[in-house]
Amino acid sequence: MKTDIILSGVGGQGILSIAAVIGEAAVHRNLYMKQAEVHGMSQRGGDVQSNLRISDKPIHSDLIAKGKADLILSLEPMEALRYLPYLSKEGWIVTNSTPFNNIPDYPESSDLQKALDAVPNKVILDIDSIAKELGSIRVSNIVMLGAATPFIGMDYEEIEKGIRRIFSRKGEDIVNMNLKALAAGKAVADSHMKH
Amino acid sequence: MDKLLLLGDEAIAQAALDAGLSGVYAYPGTPSTEITEYIQNTQKDKTENIHCRWSTNEKTAMEAALGMSFAGKRALVCMKCVGVNVCADPFINSAITGIVGGLVFVAADDPSMHSSQDEQDSRFYGNFAMVPILEPSSQQEAYDMVYNGFELSERCGVPVMLRIVTRLAHSRAGVVRRERKPQNELHYSKDPKQFMLLPAVARLKYKKLLESQKDYLEYAEESAYNHYTDGPDKSKGVVASGIAFNYLMENYPEGCPFPVLKIGQYPLPETKLRKMVTECKELVVVEEGYPFIEDQLKGLLGIGLTVHGKKDGWLPRAGELNPDIVGKAFGFELPETPALPEVVKNRPPSLCVGCGHRDMYDALNAAVHEKGEDSKVFGDIGCYTLGYLPPYKAIHSCVDMGASITMAKGASDAGLKYAVAVIGDSTFTHSGMTSLLDAVNENAPITVIISDNETTAMTGGQDSAGTGKIEAICLGLGVDPEHLKVLVPLKKNHDEMVETIRLEMNYRGLSVIIPRRECIQTASRKNKNK
Repeated sequence: MKTDIILSGVGGQGILSIAAVIGEAAVHRNLYMKQAEVHGMSQRGGDVQSNLRISDKPIHSDLIAKGKADLILSLEPMEALRYLPYLSKEGWIVTNSTPFNNIPDYPESSDLQKALDAVPNKVILDIDSIAKELGSIRVSNIVMLGAATPFIGMDYEEIEKGIRRIFSRKGEDIVNMNLKALAAGKAVADSHMKH
Repeated sequence: MDKLLLLGDEAIAQAALDAGLSGVYAYPGTPSTEITEYIQNTQKDKTENIHCRWSTNEKTAMEAALGMSFAGKRALVCMKCVGVNVCADPFINSAITGIVGGLVFVAADDPSMHSSQDEQDSRFYGNFAMVPILEPSSQQEAYDMVYNGFELSERCGVPVMLRIVTRLAHSRAGVVRRERKPQNELHYSKDPKQFMLLPAVARLKYKKLLESQKDYLEYAEESAYNHYTDGPDKSKGVVASGIAFNYLMENYPEGCPFPVLKIGQYPLPETKLRKMVTECKELVVVEEGYPFIEDQLKGLLGIGLTVHGKKDGWLPRAGELNPDIVGKAFGFELPETPALPEVVKNRPPSLCVGCGHRDMYDALNAAVHEKGEDSKVFGDIGCYTLGYLPPYKAIHSCVDMGASITMAKGASDAGLKYAVAVIGDSTFTHSGMTSLLDAVNENAPITVIISDNETTAMTGGQDSAGTGKIEAICLGLGVDPEHLKVLVPLKKNHDEMVETIRLEMNYRGLSVIIPRRECIQTASRKNKNK
């Protein structure tokens, strides 16, 4: 197997916490992994991305080539579109629907929607409101990850195990809340894919 | 041994710890910061007595590392590309004195300038100092090179440079650890002259360094990091160094048809290169940074066959490489991909909402705009450099650490009526104190704003060397207490701040204004940890 993922968002949204769960699951399965992160100046409210590559064979480049990404996982809708040139023809965009508007020329929501509509394979969801319904806004990034689970190339159970390992020291309640968030995200993706 | 998922920076840190490190010396700088932070995080219980406090700047870091080496112990010194400029003096001379305890010097270059003012290539410094250079292509190689690098340094008798780039420093991969070695015992050079670079001694030491060059070359010839892989198609021979090798292989998943010489240790292995020159029709060089290998291969008069690289436009000269750029150079067509949709706008970084620098710039702009063209503001390196961007558009320069104060003074010497410098607290202690002394000694009519957020914020909130001491430093340097003003940068204090800045700009001597409020990122982290 080989999955190339671009995680994107705005500095401070926490894309690296999502990457950490996938990484944990991948390493536990003895897969090869490379994950290029952005540190430094751009973290101050600018656009940020991480290239996450998982494979059962050794990986050369830390960066994903154009047109080769299997998945764009984004915490912000405009930031999902920024990496469209990297998405493969069969690739999927899974993105949060809530804009993070910290620039003067942020696009109109109708224009943004039009651009997203043009992408064939996509799951768009409002992670904050799903997380709120579950009872904790803090798990919204895990809702996001849940919606991406069908496209990561690893079994859902392995991602679940990754969550257990990462959150175990925070207690059983936190683990369960995150597992619920993961399931809620996955349910959204499943219903999209049926259409 | 266990396999860890580590950033390139973290792999370097772990390797140094496992190789018997006694001290790391560094000033924070992207993309090198995480090396020292990783070591700090392992040393919270202080049982191993490994030095890991931040240094005031790269020069003090390098000198302290050399002192630790003088005392026989293994030292690591880490910095970003431009930091090498700051410590060039002790670094170059450390090759002449040589070392006692192993010394690994990490230079983290930043091609594409993700967080730097230039994309200078530190391999030139390694070459200039005439020391061996290691250049890893993966996190595992970074680990192995540092783990063995201390031994190599001790065998060569000089510091060894490890040259990395942003994409290696900040990319995570699995790394297998090796056995933990004990620290060196305290011991000194048998040669009492070793560190005495008086001309008479230095001439002898320099000769020894020159004589050692053939040994360094021999080590590089034998090094497993300089690996020759033959290929059936001799129309090209490929010389690929560091992570550029990965971009090459990404384009040839089934193996490269051309012979490939992967370079990971310098000086360049002449014998292996000669084999390629003899067997191949032309050479191509794939390297991250400046055309360092390419220049050496071409020389002034060439080697009798074509060498493609960055100088003939075969690869772009500026910016970092990636699989697409390298693939295109090798004649691969890029797949047709959707264009970037028009709705996607630039999202530049900006000062955090609630940041004290914002209130400082609001006040400064109000005072400066009254003076029109008679006033210029000289900026410096840190979060507050973002004051150049809208909505502030407040500064007119950003050159190097500490330059704000001295450039303001020089412009004032030239006749600029209202010269203002804006510098952060950590940058001030890094390289601004000597600048301020120049201004004090001539009572230059400039206004220095030390925007103090009590941390090194841009790199993630490391300790700042001057916290709690900024006024004392200024007074100690001779700043007039009447013209040393401390403010709290908050919206409610806007009018008071504007008035203070205005008065001090009008004063025809040196003033220092210190707006002080803790970085909101650091403050919120402290609250969380409570």
